[in-house]
Amino acid sequence: MWGRVGALLLRYLYLYRRSLARSMEIFFWPVMDLLVWGFVSVYFQRVGAPRAVLFLLGGLIFWDVFYRSQQAITLSLTEEIWVRNLLNVFIAPVRIGEVVLATCLLGLIRALLSTAVLGILALVLYQFDLLLLGPALLPYFASLLLFGWAVGMCTMAVILRFGHAAEALIWGTPFLLQPISAVFYPLAVLPSWLRGIALLFPSTHVFEGMRATLATGRPAFGPLVPAFALNVLYLAAAGAFFGWMMGRVREKGYLARLAME
Amino acid sequence: MNLEPVIKAERLTKRFGEVTAVDDVSFSARRGEILGLLGPNGAGKTTTIQLLLGLTAPTSGRIRIFGLELAKHRREILQRVNFSSAYISLPFNLSVRENLDVFGRLYGVRDRRRRISELLDLFEIPEVIRTVTGKLSSGQVTRVNLCKAFLNDPEVLFLDEPTASLDPDIAEKVRNALKRVQRERGVTMIYTSHNMREIELVCDRVIFLMHGRVVAEGTPREILERADSESLEKVFITIARGGRIED
Repeated sequence: MWGRVGALLLRYLYLYRRSLARSMEIFFWPVMDLLVWGFVSVYFQRVGAPRAVLFLLGGLIFWDVFYRSQQAITLSLTEEIWVRNLLNVFIAPVRIGEVVLATCLLGLIRALLSTAVLGILALVLYQFDLLLLGPALLPYFASLLLFGWAVGMCTMAVILRFGHAAEALIWGTPFLLQPISAVFYPLAVLPSWLRGIALLFPSTHVFEGMRATLATGRPAFGPLVPAFALNVLYLAAAGAFFGWMMGRVREKGYLARLAME
Repeated sequence: MNLEPVIKAERLTKRFGEVTAVDDVSFSARRGEILGLLGPNGAGKTTTIQLLLGLTAPTSGRIRIFGLELAKHRREILQRVNFSSAYISLPFNLSVRENLDVFGRLYGVRDRRRRISELLDLFEIPEVIRTVTGKLSSGQVTRVNLCKAFLNDPEVLFLDEPTASLDPDIAEKVRNALKRVQRERGVTMIYTSHNMREIELVCDRVIFLMHGRVVAEGTPREILERADSESLEKVFITIARGGRIED
Protein backbone atom coordinates (compact mmCIF):
# COMPACT_ATOMS: atom_id res chain seq x y z
CA MET A 1 0.00 0.00 0.00
CA TRP A 2 2.70 2.53 0.98
CA GLY A 3 4.53 1.88 -2.29
CA ARG A 4 1.47 2.98 -4.27
CA VAL A 5 0.77 5.94 -1.96
CA GLY A 6 4.44 6.94 -2.34
CA ALA A 7 4.19 6.64 -6.13
CA LEU A 8 1.16 8.95 -6.24
CA LEU A 9 2.80 11.40 -3.87
CA LEU A 10 5.90 11.37 -6.07
CA ARG A 11 3.74 12.11 -9.11
CA TYR A 12 2.34 15.23 -7.38
CA LEU A 13 5.75 16.33 -6.14
CA TYR A 14 7.18 15.97 -9.67
CA LEU A 15 4.38 18.26 -10.77
CA TYR A 16 5.37 20.94 -8.24
CA ARG A 17 8.94 20.72 -9.44
CA ARG A 18 7.87 21.12 -13.06
CA SER A 19 4.99 23.60 -12.76
CA LEU A 20 5.57 27.21 -11.83
CA ALA A 21 1.83 27.73 -11.30
CA ARG A 22 1.71 24.90 -8.74
CA SER A 23 4.84 26.08 -6.90
CA MET A 24 3.34 29.56 -6.70
CA GLU A 25 0.42 28.10 -4.75
CA ILE A 26 2.80 27.16 -1.95
CA PHE A 27 5.01 30.24 -1.94
CA PHE A 28 3.90 33.21 -4.01
CA TRP A 29 0.20 33.64 -3.16
CA PRO A 30 0.55 33.01 0.59
CA VAL A 31 3.46 35.46 0.76
CA MET A 32 1.45 38.11 -1.11
CA ASP A 33 -1.42 37.60 1.35
CA LEU A 34 0.99 37.92 4.22
CA LEU A 35 2.41 41.18 2.88
CA VAL A 36 -1.03 42.76 2.38
CA TRP A 37 -2.41 41.65 5.74
CA GLY A 38 0.88 42.41 7.45
CA PHE A 39 0.84 46.03 6.35
CA VAL A 40 -2.89 46.33 7.15
CA SER A 41 -2.23 45.07 10.67
CA VAL A 42 0.75 47.42 11.12
CA TYR A 43 -1.57 50.27 10.16
CA PHE A 44 -4.24 49.08 12.65
CA GLN A 45 -1.57 48.88 15.32
CA ARG A 46 -0.58 52.52 14.67
CA VAL A 47 -4.17 53.73 14.94
CA GLY A 48 -4.65 52.06 18.28
CA ALA A 49 -5.32 48.35 17.84
CA PRO A 50 -2.18 46.84 19.40
CA ARG A 51 -3.15 43.21 18.93
CA ALA A 52 -3.98 43.59 15.25
CA VAL A 53 -0.66 42.09 14.12
CA LEU A 54 -1.12 39.10 16.40
CA PHE A 55 -4.70 38.33 15.43
CA LEU A 56 -4.63 39.13 11.76
CA LEU A 57 -1.32 37.44 10.96
CA GLY A 58 -2.10 34.48 13.23
CA GLY A 59 -5.46 34.12 11.47
CA LEU A 60 -3.89 34.43 8.04
CA ILE A 61 -1.17 31.83 8.64
CA PHE A 62 -3.57 29.33 10.17
CA TRP A 63 -6.22 29.91 7.51
CA ASP A 64 -3.57 29.01 4.97
CA VAL A 65 -3.11 25.60 6.66
CA PHE A 66 -6.77 24.79 6.07
CA TYR A 67 -6.74 26.24 2.55
CA ARG A 68 -3.59 24.38 1.38
CA SER A 69 -4.80 21.12 2.86
CA GLN A 70 -8.19 21.36 1.10
CA GLN A 71 -6.58 22.46 -2.16
CA ALA A 72 -4.07 19.60 -2.16
CA ILE A 73 -6.87 17.05 -2.42
CA THR A 74 -9.08 18.91 -4.85
CA LEU A 75 -6.42 20.32 -7.16
CA SER A 76 -4.42 17.09 -7.36
CA LEU A 77 -7.36 15.05 -8.61
CA THR A 78 -8.69 17.87 -10.78
CA GLU A 79 -5.24 18.15 -12.33
CA GLU A 80 -5.58 14.49 -13.39
CA ILE A 81 -8.84 15.41 -15.14
CA TRP A 82 -7.27 18.44 -16.84
CA VAL A 83 -4.32 16.46 -18.20
CA ARG A 84 -6.53 13.44 -19.08
CA ASN A 85 -4.60 11.14 -16.76
CA LEU A 86 -7.51 10.22 -14.49
CA LEU A 87 -8.23 6.89 -16.20
CA ASN A 88 -4.57 5.88 -16.07
CA VAL A 89 -4.74 6.28 -12.28
CA PHE A 90 -8.11 4.59 -11.86
CA ILE A 91 -7.21 1.55 -13.97
CA ALA A 92 -4.00 1.03 -12.00
CA PRO A 93 -4.30 -1.41 -9.10
CA VAL A 94 -4.81 1.43 -6.65
CA ARG A 95 -7.48 1.72 -3.98
CA ILE A 96 -9.40 4.99 -3.98
CA GLY A 97 -8.39 5.32 -0.32
CA GLU A 98 -4.74 5.24 -1.36
CA VAL A 99 -5.32 8.07 -3.86
CA VAL A 100 -7.01 10.13 -1.15
CA LEU A 101 -4.27 9.32 1.37
CA ALA A 102 -1.57 10.47 -1.08
CA THR A 103 -3.34 13.78 -1.63
CA CYS A 104 -3.80 14.19 2.15
CA LEU A 105 -0.05 13.68 2.66
CA LEU A 106 0.58 16.20 -0.09
CA GLY A 107 -1.68 18.60 1.84
CA LEU A 108 0.46 18.04 4.93
CA ILE A 109 3.66 18.81 2.99
CA ARG A 110 2.14 21.91 1.38
CA ALA A 111 0.79 23.21 4.69
CA LEU A 112 4.11 22.59 6.48
CA LEU A 113 6.12 24.36 3.79
CA SER A 114 3.72 27.25 3.54
CA THR A 115 3.48 27.70 7.33
CA ALA A 116 7.26 27.60 7.68
CA VAL A 117 7.77 30.26 5.00
CA LEU A 118 4.98 32.50 6.33
CA GLY A 119 6.12 32.03 9.93
CA ILE A 120 9.67 33.11 9.10
CA LEU A 121 8.55 36.08 7.01
CA ALA A 122 6.05 37.21 9.66
CA LEU A 123 8.84 37.15 12.25
CA VAL A 124 11.31 39.03 10.05
CA LEU A 125 8.91 41.62 8.60
CA TYR A 126 6.37 42.18 11.38
CA GLN A 127 8.02 40.70 14.50
CA PHE A 128 5.15 38.25 14.83
CA ASP A 129 6.40 35.01 16.37
CA LEU A 130 4.15 32.06 15.57
CA LEU A 131 5.89 30.14 18.36
CA LEU A 132 4.06 32.40 20.84
CA LEU A 133 1.32 29.80 20.56
CA GLY A 134 3.62 27.40 22.37
CA PRO A 135 2.45 23.81 22.76
CA ALA A 136 -0.96 24.70 21.23
CA LEU A 137 0.65 25.39 17.86
CA LEU A 138 0.80 21.78 16.69
CA PRO A 139 -2.73 20.73 17.69
CA TYR A 140 -4.17 23.89 16.11
CA PHE A 141 -2.24 23.12 12.93
CA ALA A 142 -3.38 19.48 12.99
CA SER A 143 -7.01 20.41 13.57
CA LEU A 144 -7.11 22.76 10.57
CA LEU A 145 -5.26 20.21 8.44
CA LEU A 146 -7.85 17.53 9.28
CA PHE A 147 -10.74 19.89 8.56
CA GLY A 148 -9.10 20.78 5.22
CA TRP A 149 -8.92 17.07 4.35
CA ALA A 150 -12.60 16.57 5.19
CA VAL A 151 -13.74 19.57 3.14
CA GLY A 152 -11.35 18.57 0.32
CA MET A 153 -12.81 15.05 0.14
CA CYS A 154 -16.38 16.38 -0.04
CA THR A 155 -15.47 18.94 -2.70
CA MET A 156 -13.65 16.33 -4.77
CA ALA A 157 -16.54 13.90 -4.57
CA VAL A 158 -18.87 16.59 -5.95
CA ILE A 159 -16.41 17.40 -8.77
CA LEU A 160 -16.11 13.72 -9.76
CA ARG A 161 -19.90 13.52 -9.87
CA PHE A 162 -20.72 16.83 -11.58
CA GLY A 163 -17.52 17.38 -13.57
CA HIS A 164 -16.11 20.66 -14.80
CA ALA A 165 -19.26 22.56 -13.84
CA ALA A 166 -18.38 22.03 -10.17
CA GLU A 167 -14.71 23.05 -10.38
CA ALA A 168 -15.44 26.52 -8.98
CA LEU A 169 -15.98 24.77 -5.64
CA ILE A 170 -12.23 24.15 -5.37
CA TRP A 171 -11.70 27.83 -4.60
CA GLY A 172 -15.25 28.72 -3.57
CA THR A 173 -15.76 26.31 -0.67
CA PRO A 174 -12.96 27.66 1.56
CA PHE A 175 -14.17 31.21 1.05
CA LEU A 176 -17.71 30.17 1.93
CA LEU A 177 -16.37 28.88 5.25
CA GLN A 178 -13.98 31.76 5.95
CA PRO A 179 -16.46 34.41 7.19
CA ILE A 180 -18.30 31.87 9.35
CA SER A 181 -15.10 30.49 10.87
CA ALA A 182 -14.26 33.85 12.49
CA VAL A 183 -10.74 33.76 11.09
CA PHE A 184 -9.86 37.44 11.49
CA TYR A 185 -12.36 38.55 14.19
CA PRO A 186 -13.86 37.09 17.35
CA LEU A 187 -16.91 34.87 17.17
CA ALA A 188 -18.78 37.52 19.18
CA VAL A 189 -18.73 39.81 16.12
CA LEU A 190 -21.04 37.46 14.22
CA PRO A 191 -24.83 37.86 14.56
CA SER A 192 -26.17 35.54 17.25
CA TRP A 193 -28.03 33.25 14.79
CA LEU A 194 -24.78 32.70 12.86
CA ARG A 195 -22.73 31.93 15.96
CA GLY A 196 -24.49 28.61 16.49
CA ILE A 197 -23.69 27.61 12.91
CA ALA A 198 -20.09 28.82 13.24
CA LEU A 199 -19.55 26.58 16.26
CA LEU A 200 -20.36 23.55 14.09
CA PHE A 201 -17.01 24.03 12.32
CA PRO A 202 -13.69 22.95 13.90
CA SER A 203 -12.00 25.98 12.35
CA THR A 204 -14.07 28.39 14.50
CA HIS A 205 -12.88 26.70 17.69
CA VAL A 206 -9.26 26.78 16.52
CA PHE A 207 -9.33 30.50 15.67
CA GLU A 208 -11.06 31.35 18.95
CA GLY A 209 -8.41 29.31 20.77
CA MET A 210 -5.62 30.97 18.81
CA ARG A 211 -6.82 34.45 19.77
CA ALA A 212 -7.22 33.45 23.43
CA THR A 213 -3.69 32.03 23.47
CA LEU A 214 -2.17 35.09 21.81
CA ALA A 215 -4.11 37.46 24.10
CA THR A 216 -3.24 35.76 27.39
CA GLY A 217 0.08 34.13 26.53
CA ARG A 218 -1.29 30.86 27.97
CA PRO A 219 -2.09 28.00 25.59
CA ALA A 220 -5.85 27.54 25.30
CA PHE A 221 -6.42 23.81 24.93
CA GLY A 222 -10.14 23.94 25.75
CA PRO A 223 -11.32 24.77 22.19
CA LEU A 224 -9.33 21.82 20.85
CA VAL A 225 -11.75 19.33 22.39
CA PRO A 226 -14.78 20.33 20.29
CA ALA A 227 -12.47 20.98 17.32
CA PHE A 228 -11.07 17.43 17.29
CA ALA A 229 -14.45 15.87 18.09
CA LEU A 230 -15.97 17.70 15.13
CA ASN A 231 -13.02 16.71 12.94
CA VAL A 232 -13.58 13.03 13.71
CA LEU A 233 -17.22 13.47 12.77
CA TYR A 234 -16.48 15.42 9.57
CA LEU A 235 -13.74 13.06 8.43
CA ALA A 236 -15.97 10.02 8.93
CA ALA A 237 -18.82 11.75 7.11
CA ALA A 238 -16.52 12.96 4.29
CA GLY A 239 -15.06 9.46 3.84
CA ALA A 240 -18.55 7.94 3.71
CA PHE A 241 -19.77 10.64 1.31
CA PHE A 242 -16.74 10.20 -0.95
CA GLY A 243 -17.22 6.42 -1.02
CA TRP A 244 -20.93 6.73 -1.76
CA MET A 245 -20.33 9.29 -4.49
CA MET A 246 -17.64 7.08 -6.09
CA GLY A 247 -20.17 4.24 -6.18
CA ARG A 248 -22.65 6.54 -7.96
CA VAL A 249 -19.94 7.78 -10.32
CA ARG A 250 -19.05 4.16 -11.28
CA GLU A 251 -22.67 3.18 -11.68
CA LYS A 252 -23.46 6.12 -13.94
CA GLY A 253 -20.21 5.97 -15.93
CA TYR A 254 -19.26 9.55 -15.02
CA LEU A 255 -15.64 8.69 -14.28
CA ALA A 256 -14.80 7.56 -17.80
CA ARG A 257 -16.84 10.36 -19.33
CA LEU A 258 -15.05 12.97 -17.23
CA ALA A 259 -11.64 11.44 -17.93
CA MET A 260 -12.09 11.27 -21.70
CA GLU A 261 -13.92 14.55 -22.33
CA MET B 1 -2.67 -21.26 -28.48
CA ASN B 2 -4.30 -21.99 -25.11
CA LEU B 3 -8.08 -22.25 -25.64
CA GLU B 4 -9.09 -21.37 -22.09
CA PRO B 5 -10.88 -17.97 -22.03
CA VAL B 6 -8.95 -15.28 -20.23
CA ILE B 7 -11.86 -12.85 -20.53
CA LYS B 8 -15.43 -14.01 -20.30
CA ALA B 9 -18.32 -11.54 -20.51
CA GLU B 10 -21.75 -13.04 -19.94
CA ARG B 11 -25.01 -11.32 -20.82
CA LEU B 12 -23.52 -7.89 -20.16
CA THR B 13 -26.00 -5.03 -20.11
CA LYS B 14 -25.41 -1.39 -19.25
CA ARG B 15 -28.20 1.14 -19.16
CA PHE B 16 -27.78 4.87 -18.60
CA GLY B 17 -31.31 5.94 -17.75
CA GLU B 18 -33.40 5.27 -20.84
CA VAL B 19 -30.39 4.54 -23.04
CA THR B 20 -29.07 0.99 -23.32
CA ALA B 21 -25.40 1.36 -24.23
CA VAL B 22 -24.58 -2.36 -24.01
CA ASP B 23 -27.38 -4.84 -24.53
CA ASP B 24 -27.04 -8.48 -23.48
CA VAL B 25 -23.51 -8.87 -24.85
CA SER B 26 -21.61 -12.12 -24.34
CA PHE B 27 -18.15 -12.96 -25.63
CA SER B 28 -14.86 -14.41 -24.55
CA ALA B 29 -11.20 -13.98 -25.44
CA ARG B 30 -8.54 -16.66 -25.21
CA ARG B 31 -4.95 -16.33 -24.06
CA GLY B 32 -2.79 -14.76 -26.74
CA GLU B 33 -5.74 -13.72 -28.87
CA ILE B 34 -6.24 -10.24 -30.33
CA LEU B 35 -9.97 -9.58 -30.33
CA GLY B 36 -11.23 -6.60 -32.32
CA LEU B 37 -14.20 -4.71 -30.96
CA LEU B 38 -15.75 -2.92 -33.92
CA GLY B 39 -18.72 -0.75 -34.60
CA PRO B 40 -19.73 2.79 -35.48
CA ASN B 41 -19.59 5.63 -32.95
CA GLY B 42 -22.08 5.00 -30.16
CA ALA B 43 -22.19 1.24 -30.83
CA GLY B 44 -21.06 0.46 -27.27
CA LYS B 45 -17.35 -0.32 -27.75
CA THR B 46 -16.03 2.21 -25.25
CA THR B 47 -18.69 1.33 -22.67
CA THR B 48 -17.80 -2.35 -23.07
CA ILE B 49 -14.13 -1.59 -22.41
CA GLN B 50 -15.08 0.55 -19.42
CA LEU B 51 -17.12 -2.36 -18.08
CA LEU B 52 -14.20 -4.75 -18.62
CA LEU B 53 -11.90 -2.38 -16.71
CA GLY B 54 -14.38 -2.00 -13.86
CA LEU B 55 -14.66 1.77 -14.44
CA THR B 56 -18.39 1.41 -14.84
CA ALA B 57 -20.58 -1.13 -13.09
CA PRO B 58 -22.81 -3.25 -15.34
CA THR B 59 -26.57 -3.03 -14.90
CA SER B 60 -26.63 -6.81 -15.23
CA GLY B 61 -24.35 -9.58 -16.38
CA ARG B 62 -21.02 -10.96 -15.28
CA ILE B 63 -17.38 -10.43 -16.19
CA ARG B 64 -14.67 -12.94 -15.36
CA ILE B 65 -11.01 -12.23 -16.12
CA PHE B 66 -8.36 -14.90 -15.37
CA GLY B 67 -11.29 -16.90 -13.96
CA LEU B 68 -11.89 -14.22 -11.31
CA GLU B 69 -15.07 -12.22 -10.84
CA LEU B 70 -14.21 -8.61 -11.79
CA ALA B 71 -16.69 -7.14 -9.32
CA LYS B 72 -14.93 -8.89 -6.43
CA HIS B 73 -11.29 -9.03 -7.54
CA ARG B 74 -10.85 -5.77 -9.44
CA ARG B 75 -7.49 -4.75 -7.96
CA GLU B 76 -6.03 -8.24 -8.33
CA ILE B 77 -7.11 -8.28 -11.98
CA LEU B 78 -5.91 -4.73 -12.68
CA GLN B 79 -2.45 -5.72 -11.48
CA ARG B 80 -2.28 -8.06 -14.50
CA VAL B 81 -3.94 -5.91 -17.17
CA ASN B 82 -3.34 -2.49 -18.71
CA PHE B 83 -4.95 0.01 -21.02
CA SER B 84 -3.96 2.55 -23.62
CA SER B 85 -6.25 4.92 -25.46
CA ALA B 86 -5.81 7.68 -27.97
CA TYR B 87 -8.20 9.70 -25.79
CA ILE B 88 -6.20 9.74 -22.58
CA SER B 89 -2.63 10.79 -21.94
CA LEU B 90 0.12 10.92 -19.38
CA PRO B 91 0.72 14.20 -17.50
CA PHE B 92 2.28 16.54 -20.05
CA ASN B 93 4.33 18.48 -17.52
CA LEU B 94 6.34 15.48 -16.34
CA SER B 95 9.24 13.98 -18.26
CA VAL B 96 8.79 10.60 -19.94
CA ARG B 97 11.07 8.98 -17.36
CA GLU B 98 9.13 10.53 -14.46
CA ASN B 99 5.78 9.42 -15.89
CA LEU B 100 6.90 5.87 -16.54
CA ASP B 101 8.65 5.71 -13.18
CA VAL B 102 5.46 6.77 -11.34
CA PHE B 103 3.35 4.16 -13.14
CA GLY B 104 6.06 1.56 -12.71
CA ARG B 105 5.87 2.16 -8.97
CA LEU B 106 2.05 2.02 -9.02
CA TYR B 107 2.22 -1.42 -10.66
CA GLY B 108 5.05 -2.54 -8.38
CA VAL B 109 7.48 -3.06 -11.29
CA ARG B 110 10.93 -4.19 -10.19
CA ASP B 111 14.04 -2.85 -11.91
CA ARG B 112 12.04 0.01 -13.42
CA ARG B 113 15.03 1.65 -15.07
CA ARG B 114 15.75 -1.46 -17.17
CA ARG B 115 12.07 -2.05 -17.94
CA ILE B 116 11.52 1.56 -19.07
CA SER B 117 14.60 1.40 -21.27
CA GLU B 118 13.46 -1.93 -22.85
CA LEU B 119 10.03 -0.53 -23.67
CA LEU B 120 11.33 2.71 -25.14
CA ASP B 121 13.59 0.55 -27.34
CA LEU B 122 10.66 -1.71 -28.33
CA PHE B 123 8.69 1.30 -29.55
CA GLU B 124 11.80 2.90 -31.04
CA ILE B 125 11.83 6.09 -28.98
CA PRO B 126 14.79 5.72 -26.57
CA GLU B 127 15.83 9.33 -27.19
CA VAL B 128 12.74 10.81 -25.48
CA ILE B 129 13.44 9.50 -21.99
CA ARG B 130 14.38 12.88 -20.53
CA THR B 131 11.96 14.92 -22.65
CA VAL B 132 8.96 16.58 -21.03
CA THR B 133 5.90 14.67 -22.30
CA GLY B 134 4.16 17.86 -23.46
CA LYS B 135 7.00 18.52 -25.91
CA LEU B 136 6.65 15.19 -27.74
CA SER B 137 5.01 14.76 -31.14
CA SER B 138 1.61 13.06 -31.12
CA GLY B 139 3.18 9.89 -32.50
CA GLN B 140 5.75 9.86 -29.71
CA VAL B 141 3.02 10.50 -27.10
CA THR B 142 1.05 7.51 -28.39
CA ARG B 143 4.14 5.31 -28.16
CA VAL B 144 4.95 6.55 -24.64
CA ASN B 145 1.35 5.69 -23.69
CA LEU B 146 1.94 2.21 -25.07
CA CYS B 147 5.14 1.95 -23.02
CA LYS B 148 3.07 2.76 -19.95
CA ALA B 149 0.56 0.08 -20.99
CA PHE B 150 3.33 -2.54 -21.18
CA LEU B 151 5.13 -1.53 -17.97
CA ASN B 152 3.59 -4.26 -15.81
CA ASP B 153 4.07 -6.94 -18.47
CA PRO B 154 0.27 -7.33 -18.73
CA GLU B 155 -1.46 -10.58 -19.61
CA VAL B 156 -4.44 -8.63 -20.95
CA LEU B 157 -4.20 -5.33 -22.77
CA PHE B 158 -7.07 -3.04 -23.75
CA LEU B 159 -6.14 -0.85 -26.70
CA ASP B 160 -8.58 1.85 -27.71
CA GLU B 161 -7.58 3.12 -31.17
CA PRO B 162 -3.86 2.80 -30.37
CA THR B 163 -2.68 4.00 -33.78
CA ALA B 164 -5.22 6.82 -34.24
CA SER B 165 -2.67 9.64 -34.29
CA LEU B 166 0.19 7.83 -36.03
CA ASP B 167 1.50 8.17 -39.57
CA PRO B 168 1.43 4.94 -41.65
CA ASP B 169 5.11 4.21 -41.06
CA ILE B 170 4.94 4.52 -37.27
CA ALA B 171 1.53 2.81 -37.20
CA GLU B 172 3.05 -0.21 -38.91
CA LYS B 173 5.96 -0.26 -36.47
CA VAL B 174 3.51 -0.15 -33.56
CA ARG B 175 1.40 -2.98 -35.05
CA ASN B 176 4.53 -5.07 -35.52
CA ALA B 177 5.61 -4.41 -31.94
CA LEU B 178 2.15 -5.43 -30.68
CA LYS B 179 2.16 -8.61 -32.76
CA ARG B 180 5.64 -9.42 -31.53
CA VAL B 181 4.59 -9.05 -27.90
CA GLN B 182 1.49 -11.13 -28.57
CA ARG B 183 3.61 -13.88 -30.10
CA GLU B 184 6.38 -13.85 -27.51
CA ARG B 185 4.37 -13.21 -24.33
CA GLY B 186 0.93 -14.58 -25.23
CA VAL B 187 -0.77 -11.30 -24.32
CA THR B 188 -4.53 -11.16 -24.89
CA MET B 189 -5.57 -7.88 -26.47
CA ILE B 190 -8.94 -6.22 -26.87
CA TYR B 191 -8.47 -3.84 -29.76
CA THR B 192 -10.69 -1.09 -31.09
CA SER B 193 -9.99 0.87 -34.25
CA HIS B 194 -11.87 2.55 -37.05
CA ASN B 195 -9.13 1.47 -39.44
CA MET B 196 -10.56 -1.77 -40.89
CA ARG B 197 -7.40 -2.59 -42.82
CA GLU B 198 -5.52 -2.51 -39.54
CA ILE B 199 -8.12 -4.75 -37.92
CA GLU B 200 -7.67 -7.30 -40.71
CA LEU B 201 -3.91 -7.20 -40.18
CA VAL B 202 -3.88 -7.36 -36.39
CA CYS B 203 -6.96 -9.15 -35.07
CA ASP B 204 -7.43 -12.90 -34.79
CA ARG B 205 -11.14 -12.49 -34.26
CA VAL B 206 -13.60 -9.58 -34.35
CA ILE B 207 -16.93 -8.68 -32.81
CA PHE B 208 -19.17 -6.15 -34.51
CA LEU B 209 -21.37 -4.12 -32.18
CA MET B 210 -24.37 -2.08 -33.24
CA HIS B 211 -26.73 -0.29 -30.85
CA GLY B 212 -25.02 -2.13 -27.99
CA ARG B 213 -25.65 -5.61 -29.41
CA VAL B 214 -23.32 -8.13 -31.03
CA VAL B 215 -24.35 -8.34 -34.69
CA ALA B 216 -21.45 -10.40 -36.07
CA GLU B 217 -18.58 -12.40 -34.65
CA GLY B 218 -15.76 -14.47 -36.13
CA THR B 219 -12.31 -14.30 -37.68
CA PRO B 220 -11.91 -11.52 -40.26
CA ARG B 221 -11.89 -14.19 -42.97
CA GLU B 222 -15.11 -15.81 -41.69
CA ILE B 223 -16.84 -12.41 -41.53
CA LEU B 224 -15.74 -11.58 -45.08
CA GLU B 225 -17.00 -14.95 -46.36
CA ARG B 226 -20.33 -14.62 -44.60
CA ALA B 227 -20.80 -11.07 -45.84
CA ASP B 228 -19.58 -12.03 -49.28
CA SER B 229 -17.34 -8.97 -49.20
CA GLU B 230 -13.73 -8.29 -50.02
CA SER B 231 -13.01 -5.91 -47.15
CA LEU B 232 -14.02 -5.37 -43.55
CA GLU B 233 -14.50 -1.73 -44.38
CA LYS B 234 -17.43 -2.61 -46.64
CA VAL B 235 -18.84 -4.92 -43.95
CA PHE B 236 -18.50 -2.09 -41.44
CA ILE B 237 -20.39 0.32 -43.71
CA THR B 238 -23.12 -2.27 -44.35
CA ILE B 239 -23.60 -2.82 -40.63
CA ALA B 240 -23.39 0.89 -39.75
CA ARG B 241 -26.15 1.60 -42.29
CA GLY B 242 -28.43 -0.98 -40.70
CA GLY B 243 -27.65 -3.88 -43.04
CA ARG B 244 -27.14 -7.47 -41.88
CA ILE B 245 -24.67 -10.16 -42.75
CA GLU B 246 -25.67 -13.81 -43.02
CA ASP B 247 -24.84 -16.20 -40.15
